[in-house]
Formats: sequence, structure tokens, C-alpha cells
Amino acid sequence: MTDTATSTSRIGATFERLREEGRTALMPFHTAGFPTLESSKRIIRALIDAGADLVEVGVPFSDPIADGVSVQGTGQIALQNGTRLKDCVELVRQLRTEGITAPLLLMGYYNPILKYGVERFVADCAAAGVDGFIVPDLPIEESAALREACVAHNRDLIFMVAPTSTDDRLVAAAERGTGFLYCVSVTGVTGARDSMSQTLGDYIARVRAHSNLPLAIGFGISKPEHVRQVGELAEGAIVGAALINALNSVADDEKPAKAAEFVRFLRGE
Amino acid sequence: MVDTSNIAPITRTAFAAAEAMPDALGRFGRFGGTYAPETLMPAISELIAAYEEAKRDPAFQAEIDELATHYVGRATPLYEAKRFAAEAGGADGPRIFLKREDLAHTGAHKINNALGQALLAKRMGKPRIIAETGAGQHGVATATACALLGLKCIVYMGEVDIQRQSLNVFRMKLLGAEVISVRSGSQTLKDAINEAIRDWVTNVDDTFYIFGTVAGMHPYPMMVRDFQSVIGREARAQVQEQTGSLPDAIVACVGGGSNAMGLFYPFLNDESVEIIGVEAGGHGLESGHHAATLVTGEEGVLHGSWSYVLMDDDGQIVETHSISAGLDYPGVGPELSHMKYTGRARFVSITDEEALDGFKLLCRTEGIIPALESSHAISYAAKLAKEMGSGKTMVINLSGRGDKDMHTVADALGVTL
Repeated sequence: MTDTATSTSRIGATFERLREEGRTALMPFHTAGFPTLESSKRIIRALIDAGADLVEVGVPFSDPIADGVSVQGTGQIALQNGTRLKDCVELVRQLRTEGITAPLLLMGYYNPILKYGVERFVADCAAAGVDGFIVPDLPIEESAALREACVAHNRDLIFMVAPTSTDDRLVAAAERGTGFLYCVSVTGVTGARDSMSQTLGDYIARVRAHSNLPLAIGFGISKPEHVRQVGELAEGAIVGAALINALNSVADDEKPAKAAEFVRFLRGE
Repeated sequence: MVDTSNIAPITRTAFAAAEAMPDALGRFGRFGGTYAPETLMPAISELIAAYEEAKRDPAFQAEIDELATHYVGRATPLYEAKRFAAEAGGADGPRIFLKREDLAHTGAHKINNALGQALLAKRMGKPRIIAETGAGQHGVATATACALLGLKCIVYMGEVDIQRQSLNVFRMKLLGAEVISVRSGSQTLKDAINEAIRDWVTNVDDTFYIFGTVAGMHPYPMMVRDFQSVIGREARAQVQEQTGSLPDAIVACVGGGSNAMGLFYPFLNDESVEIIGVEAGGHGLESGHHAATLVTGEEGVLHGSWSYVLMDDDGQIVETHSISAGLDYPGVGPELSHMKYTGRARFVSITDEEALDGFKLLCRTEGIIPALESSHAISYAAKLAKEMGSGKTMVINLSGRGDKDMHTVADALGVTL
């Protein structure tokens, strides 16, 4: 069940509004600092201006064990050009200053957060306008400290569930998570794929049976028909690697325009 | 502490009763745990349950013992290195014993763990084995176990390590393994682990990940320790047989820490025994080019567990350096981290140059060519021997033989082969 944090959060409100409008949330992922910090800000703006409903801002990490080559590559470039966790927080603050109101989440691995200090990190994020967190190497069992800080600062902590998740784990994720549940579509790492899993419907139905949170499906979404398919099952579609691949097909100064074009492409516009 | 009281049961609780450390969540005090992607969590629970069940099955233990005796060649000798001791400590120095893991099949202690996990994989019906390797010793041990048991074997190895350990790459291929070059990150052991974890996340249904050291997510630190602790059990009995008492000090090199935990674990409750872990000091601690994680690192999360880690001020894992590829790792096992935190063990570092001196000393005085990893322990033991005084006893884990290191040593000594 959702708790009070969710019902008052920007993420919760966005899913509520989209539900009333009968629309599927489109949630692109983009790595902060790729190809540069300034350029990543323009790309995120472009994504939102083109109709992205929420954005996951990727925090680069040296050892991203849950990511495929596309996301790894952007993180490596971001680290090479000196992007730090504090820069990712600052990026969100600037976007807020520029008037961006869409929910912004940080997605990154646990060690940089630990090093920053969990409580201080969440407090700084709250002040900057970060709405929630996705931490791929922080399963429910290890999440107490971050969860506590999120409750204290009224931020959402989003848990991932996978096709391999047992029913008791789905229950635990639904009880502990807020904002939405991140449903990993396949057993695998992040990356664009040609087709969605045939058994996606059964898996999402199983998640739905254990949770009242909005469901967003990610991993492997690369085409408008995937987004449509996902829209029939869930409240949101997350797109990461496919966007990166599209951005990599053009020069750096054309990336913001390409980002906008890709959002419209996914929307079937 | 982490509050987990309300989480739905994840079939882990049975294990806590059997083992004081780690607890049900894989914690050694504040260290350890399971910082893994959700996709793996059910597989990890399944692995914990299967291991616990196997451990209680006398038939599984008998299978391991049988192979240990007739295939690996255990018990390995505990050899008193008298000429080495005399040279290192002088006439009044301690008695020094070498636990000869270099004489185990494949030439290092790694086979103890690889065989144990491969047998477990077979028992669980997982036909596809993956492993990571740095120097190649764990890769060779895993390829060996897979050849023996008829399992498909895929080894991830950083491209940089493939270049510097081509002999072991060839050995793995001869043994039927597929060696996959990892070109991400620093292209060394930590990146090979990342890639192996990604493979496991993707192929979790039919794949067993044979992890090579006592680091990583629960249950690996416990399981690898258990499979390696045969080293310490044998050494503890052998040293008492030969000297009539427990040793005063035991010494092992520490990369991830599997040979160290293997030797140390059976001595943990022997309070009179001083436990010393020797890390890779590389070009010297002040140079920044080293792999002395316990000596200089700080607490963090890497590869699924909370332990000491070498990182920068943003929490990014840093690249390490050691002349010995097997110690060239920015993390370390959580149980060793706990031993540092509680003071049960002390940890020191030995530079590349000092390790080479230890290497040469053992070659010259005993006719034993040690692995460069083990040479770190040898070198520190030689220093310690000068301080210990007579009537004392020290056991060093000679974790592997040095044949694999001939090219590296020749390079370092300026010799062209």
C-alpha cells in the first residue's frame, strides 16, 4: 500500500493525474554528465519539453553491475569528465530553478550515496528538488537507512522487482516502496531489445496482485509499439538504453534535439 | 542496524542457527550483507538453501573429501622451512612452517573452493558455470573442476589481465573453458567480476556463479571460507603434531582474502595466536599505486557486500596496482574487514620490491618458487622473524606456486626470457 509520502509526493501526484487522463507515463533515463554536465541538462530539458512525464537522472558509477554496455558507456564518459554525485544533485537544483516541474529521480548505485552520507544526501536532494531514488544494488533487505531518510524528507524510494521475484518479495517491495514499483521486464541488465517478453503480461499481473502502487516497466523498451504494449499493462514505461543509442547516433550539439525527437517517436507522434 | 523484522521471510533464517558468523543476512558484525540487484535475490536465497542442505549432507562432505584426497592431493604438507628461518631470523629466530597449498592440484589453494562450488552446482542441477579471474588461478581452478565434473565453463577476465597472464588463458582453454575478454572499466579483476555478475543476472535460471574469493554478496564470503578452511584445519593439527603446541603467529597474503580466511578461520578462537594479513603495497602506500584495502581503505559497498574498499572522495572505486595480479583488487572480504574492525587480526602491507625480495629468498634458501601473491606473506614473515625471538612458531600460508609468474619476475628483474 502507498503511504502518506507517496500520496503527497510529486511522483504520486503525476501518476494520479496521468491515470485521470488515461495516459501512460513516459519516463526516460539520462545519465548526468553525458556527454557533458551542461549538455545533459539541455537533454533532460528537451526530454521534458517534448512530453516526458518523469525523468530518471542517472548517477555515474565506476562499477555498475546492473547495467548493460549502453548505460555503462555513458557513465564512463560522465566520470571521465568529472561528474560527481554532488553535480547530479546540483543539476536537478538548476533544472528546478529553470522552472522544470516534472518529477525528477536520481538512479545510481549505493556506494557514492554512502560516501556522501545517506541522511545528508537525501536532505540535499530534497532541498534541490529531487523527488525520489532508484538504487539498483540496494535490495529491500539493505534499504533501511535510505528508507528512513526518505520518510524523514518526504522523498520516494522506488524498489525494483523482477520476473524472478518471489511472491513474498513482491509483497515486501510493495510494502516498503513508495512512488511506483520499477518492474524489470526481463532477467538481465539494462539495454535495448527488439521485442518485449511474451510472458510480461503474466508477470505484471502477478506484481499487480500484490501491490497498489503504480507500476512502471523498464529494461528493453525501444519502440513506440513497446510503449503501447506496456501501456496496456502498466502505468509507466521507462526508456534508457534505446535513448542513449539514439543520442549516440548524432553529434553532441544535436543531442538535445535528438532527445526530443525520440520522445515524440516513442509517443507515436 | 538494519531493521528487517517486517520483511516477508526470504528462506534465510534456518542458516543463522547453524553459524554464528555471518548472521541470517550475511553480516559479520557491521560488514557483509547482500547488496545485489533484485533479479538475483531469489537465486541467492536458493543458493543459500542449497548450500545449507548440502553442508548437512554427509554424502556431499564425503564427495569433497574423496576429491580432496585423491584429486587435489590433500592433506598438503606443513613444511618447516629451516634454512629460510635461519636466514630470516638468525640463530635465535622462530621456527617457520609453510602450509604448502602450492602443492595442491593446479598449483594454488583456489582448487579447494572451485571444486566445492562446482559440486554444489552439479547438485543444484545448474549446467552452466561462470567465473571471474584476475591472475587466472581461480579461472584455471574453475575450468579444472568443470572439466572433471562435465560442466560448461565460461570465465570472465579483464583484457589487461589476459595480456599479462596469457599462459593461464591458454591453460583455461585447454581445459575446455571459454574465456571472455572484459573491456569495460579498468579491464582487470573488478571489471571481470562486474561482467560475471551481469551474466548471472541475465542467465540466472541455468547458471551457477563460482566466485573465487571471500568477498562479494552473501553467501559467498561464508561459503568460500568454509571450502577454504580445510587449509587451517589441516595446518592447526599439523603444527601441533610437529611442535606440540599452537603457533604464535599465522601469516597470509590478502587480496580478496580466500587463502587468508582459509588459514585463519580455524584459529579464530585460539586467542594466543596472532593473526596477520599482508596486503599488496604496490609502489608504496604514499604512491597511491597499491591494493592495501584493509590498511588504507574505508568502509563502503562493492560487489554486493559492505567491507573496506579503496575509493575516491566521490565513492567511485579506484584502480589498484600490485605486481601480483591475484592481490590487485580494491575490495576485501567482509569477515576480514570485521577482524580488522575488532582488532582480532592486524593487517600490514608489503611493496612489490619487498615481495620480490621474499620471492628470491625462498627460492634460494628452500628450493621453493612461491607465487608473487604468497611472496608478500613470505616477505613480511621474514621481517617478523627478526622481532619474534627464539622459542616461537610461525605458520605462513604458501598459497600458490610461482611458475605462472616467471614472465613478471623476469621483467621486474630486467631479464629477457
